[in-house]
Amino acid sequence: MKPSPFEYVRATSVADAVKALAAHGDRAKLLAGGQSLIPMMNFRMVAPEVLIDIGNIPGLDEITIGDGSVQIGAGARHNVVMASDVVRQHCPLLADAYSHVAHFTIRNRGTIGGNICHHDPASEVPLVLTLLGASLVLAGPKGNRTVPADTFFLGMMETAIAEDEMLVRIDVPFQPAGEGWSFHEMSVRKGDYAIVCAAVRLTVKDGAFHDVRVGFNGAGTETKRMAGVEQALEGKPATDATIAAAVKVAVDLSDPSDDVQADAAYKRDLLSALGRRALEQARARASN
Amino acid sequence: MKTSVSLKINGKSYQDDVEPRTLLSDFIRHHAGLKGTHVGCEHGVCGACTVMIDGKTARSCLAFAVQCQDHDITTVESLGTQEELSPLQQGFWEKHGLQCGYCTSGMLMLATELLEHNPTPTRDEIREAISGNLCRCTGYQTIIDSIARAVEIKAGTALEAAE
Ligand SMILES: Cc1cc2nc3c(=O)[nH]c(=O)nc-3n(C[C@H](O)[C@H](O)[C@H](O)COP(=O)(O)OP(=O)(O)OC[C@H]3O[C@@H](n4cnc5c(N)ncnc54)[C@H](O)[C@@H]3O)c2cc1C
Ligand code: FES
Ligand code: FES
Repeated sequence: MKPSPFEYVRATSVADAVKALAAHGDRAKLLAGGQSLIPMMNFRMVAPEVLIDIGNIPGLDEITIGDGSVQIGAGARHNVVMASDVVRQHCPLLADAYSHVAHFTIRNRGTIGGNICHHDPASEVPLVLTLLGASLVLAGPKGNRTVPADTFFLGMMETAIAEDEMLVRIDVPFQPAGEGWSFHEMSVRKGDYAIVCAAVRLTVKDGAFHDVRVGFNGAGTETKRMAGVEQALEGKPATDATIAAAVKVAVDLSDPSDDVQADAAYKRDLLSALGRRALEQARARASN
Repeated sequence: MKTSVSLKINGKSYQDDVEPRTLLSDFIRHHAGLKGTHVGCEHGVCGACTVMIDGKTARSCLAFAVQCQDHDITTVESLGTQEELSPLQQGFWEKHGLQCGYCTSGMLMLATELLEHNPTPTRDEIREAISGNLCRCTGYQTIIDSIARAVEIKAGTALEAAE
């Protein structure tokens, strides 16, 4: 299908884009890689009257090292983030999760900023950024503000970004040396949106789990991180029995629903299997 | 309201007055008249419309023509001619990599990108590279064979050139 008519504006800087957002209000939408927005426009699920193209803003795609964090420009394309040496070295969980995001061709165009602002509930990157404690830098008419990922991602396709704001940068703290981490996902075909995904970060000290962060997509819970599961692991012996108990908590806390891809019972099975695999792999990767 | 868009496709300029909502796929087919690029789903799922933007594969139904102003577009027409097939086209011809041909131009563009990054891919790497595109006819195995054959053809040509 074809999208509705719109007016096209090509922004040349962040300031330019923010000014255009202010001028056009809720009639306008930013266009980054277009890999989520254009399908929605082709289906006429959305019909913005003005599109502000931020795909040609110089520097918006830069990836640099900041103070203990990797700073990723919102315009960085998925494939570039995924292949970045800096990201692979300091935030391996993010690089690994990216291998499950869409297909190569989609990753050539799609941007990390667009992915985050679109916030599909099955999206991998919002989940791992929450676990990694990332900060999101938003530019608005009154200047910049920084929002932690914890409070940025609200409900399905909802974020804390205001209509007159634009995401400019994502700061991802380095994963500490010795930390264990893992990401596992099940989708109908490789590259499709996940039915369920599981992400884990933890350390192992004196035979016990510490600094545990566990989150899922597809569990039907309000938040991505599951505090109950983290508590079931924190300070406990790093054994298979602890993992089995924690995974059971995840299934008990979950509230998945049937959809076209899978029914709730299968999703519960996936939570259990993927949760266990991710915890075991994170334990194996953690240095004692 | 129409605006003037001028796109460089396969090194040649094509100009027309189009609406901003004109998809790149429609510009390529209806304004530039290059019908090798096919359109299946128009929402990014099938990959039939795959072209290259600035040397990287992209779904042309997920880009607007205006967006591509000042960017280089490459389509399947850039590969070979009926008289002189490119190694990939030759591989598809020899190994029956197509039946109806609807998916073929997209597959060829994916394979072109793959062989640029990785001139000697394994079968699994070929499988991964084409996994985003749908084919309703072949069952994919002959497409994988075709790309593997193109690698052999290229190697053979390189050998001949060296001799
Ligand atoms: C076939 C297919 C499979 C896919 N599979 C997956 C998958 O498995 N996992 C996954 O996570 N994604 C998947 N995607 C989506 C893909 O990752 C998109 O690239 C991404 O969701 C959106 O990024 P974009 O740059 O294309 O943004 P756009 O489509 O341009 O924009 C998306 C939204 O974000 C807003 N926006 C964009 N940039 C900014 C900014 N800097 N500040 C504020 N708002 C902004 C736009 O206004 C729009 O509302 C898939 C897409 C397709 C077509
Ligand atoms: S027509 Fe573009 S992906 Fe199907
Ligand atoms: S040959 Fe018919 S769709 Fe692939």
